[in-house]
Amino acid sequence: MSEKKGPETWQEINPGCMVFRKGSASEYHTGSWRAKRPLWENEKCIKCGVCYIYCPEGCITEQQDGFFDANLDYCKGCGICAHECWPGAIKMVNEEE
Amino acid sequence: MGKRVGMEVAIASAEAAALCKFDVASVYPITPQSHVAEHLSDIVADGRVDASFITVESEHSALSSAMGASATGARVVTATSSQGLLFMGEVMPITSAMRLPIVMIIANRAVSGPINIWNDHSDIMPMRDTGWISFFADNGQEVVDMVIQAFKVGEDRRVMLPVNVNMDGFQLTHVVEPIIMPDQEEVDKFLPPYKPFAALHPDNVVSMGTLGMPEFFTEAQKSKNVALVNSKKVILEVWKEWEKQFGRKYEPIQSYKTEDAEIALLTMGSMGETAEIAVDELRKQGVKAGLLKLKLWRPFPFDELKKAVKGIKVLAVTDRACSFGGPGGPVFSEIRSALYDAPKRPKIVNFLIGLGGRDVQVEDFMAMVQKAAKGKLSEPYEFYGVRG
Repeated sequence: MSEKKGPETWQEINPGCMVFRKGSASEYHTGSWRAKRPLWENEKCIKCGVCYIYCPEGCITEQQDGFFDANLDYCKGCGICAHECWPGAIKMVNEEE
Repeated sequence: MGKRVGMEVAIASAEAAALCKFDVASVYPITPQSHVAEHLSDIVADGRVDASFITVESEHSALSSAMGASATGARVVTATSSQGLLFMGEVMPITSAMRLPIVMIIANRAVSGPINIWNDHSDIMPMRDTGWISFFADNGQEVVDMVIQAFKVGEDRRVMLPVNVNMDGFQLTHVVEPIIMPDQEEVDKFLPPYKPFAALHPDNVVSMGTLGMPEFFTEAQKSKNVALVNSKKVILEVWKEWEKQFGRKYEPIQSYKTEDAEIALLTMGSMGETAEIAVDELRKQGVKAGLLKLKLWRPFPFDELKKAVKGIKVLAVTDRACSFGGPGGPVFSEIRSALYDAPKRPKIVNFLIGLGGRDVQVEDFMAMVQKAAKGKLSEPYEFYGVRG
């Protein structure tokens, strides 16, 4: 787990575990779950944006040059982008490599 | 003052909810609860309460939509029985974890199989650990009183938990009983409008039913447990207040002729009244018999139990549900566990009775007391009256 923000003790738990802060889920970096990460080969990319549409985490964004990249703080490495990329521009590579 | 009426208990339970001015009823009908569902629907259709009745396609949906309604700050009632309760079982721990004070009227019925629509407690017993407050009513009057009390207890800011009120199917639900029905003014005085701790609304940010990862899950469970344990204080307060206003006393364990009793029965639900007659009969024969009626199943009344068994040499605990392959009925194993550390405790025996609507009569309770007198049965627990 990358960062822990939340109650330390049971006494600090809100009734019903209710959360009263906006966007608090963004504080949890699901990127720590990742075993593989997507790697773009921009020479094959046609800038169609299918990866951006299919990413279940919403962590793929269009860069200024029109190519795409994933925010690795949140990318879980699920590989859906690579599976959906029909020109074959995304490869999943092992984290440790 | 309330009016004394003759009313079917199932209908009366719905009338009690109406007196509490519920906002939403989300109910799926099932025997022997159907009259509750029908009457709640009638009450809404007749415009007697400004409420919505959600016609759902299952009990799972009934409790799920009840929770959605409760999360918006509505006062919500639901009702079920048997298989329907088991189907709600998937949602029940979430209701309590989200601290939504829904009131559920349960018409207790055996769980299949073999399929059986009659009364026992095998539906509520598997729901013991879902984190709900659990009341057991002895008669129609207690059903009405407990439904009204349930809203007050559950909605208290120190509690914020769902409450189920258990009434025996058929034995209570389908019986017309004399009931003092409180009037609207009295109930309004007792039960203030519901002010939720938080409610879903576009103007106020709140997330309910959030993910609890391993770092927080233990803390969340402890916090829920403390809430349930601490709710007893509020329950006792509310019952005192009820007694003051309505003159009817409620206790977690109601003792009957136990002051000098050497042997006592313990019952839950409607069998308590039959057992009282058995105690009277036994006393006529010179047997120092008594009776404990357990009204509060969760939170379990440990201190009250220790006090109630003082001086009793043998306690015959009756169970109306089996724990197959276990140490005896669920009530028995809890009672025995609760008294394990007591320096002086009675010998405790267990009878499984009244399963799937089997009639238990005065003579049966008398026979159980005679059998239990030695403080030991030939088996660890006995299926009383079983043939063969």
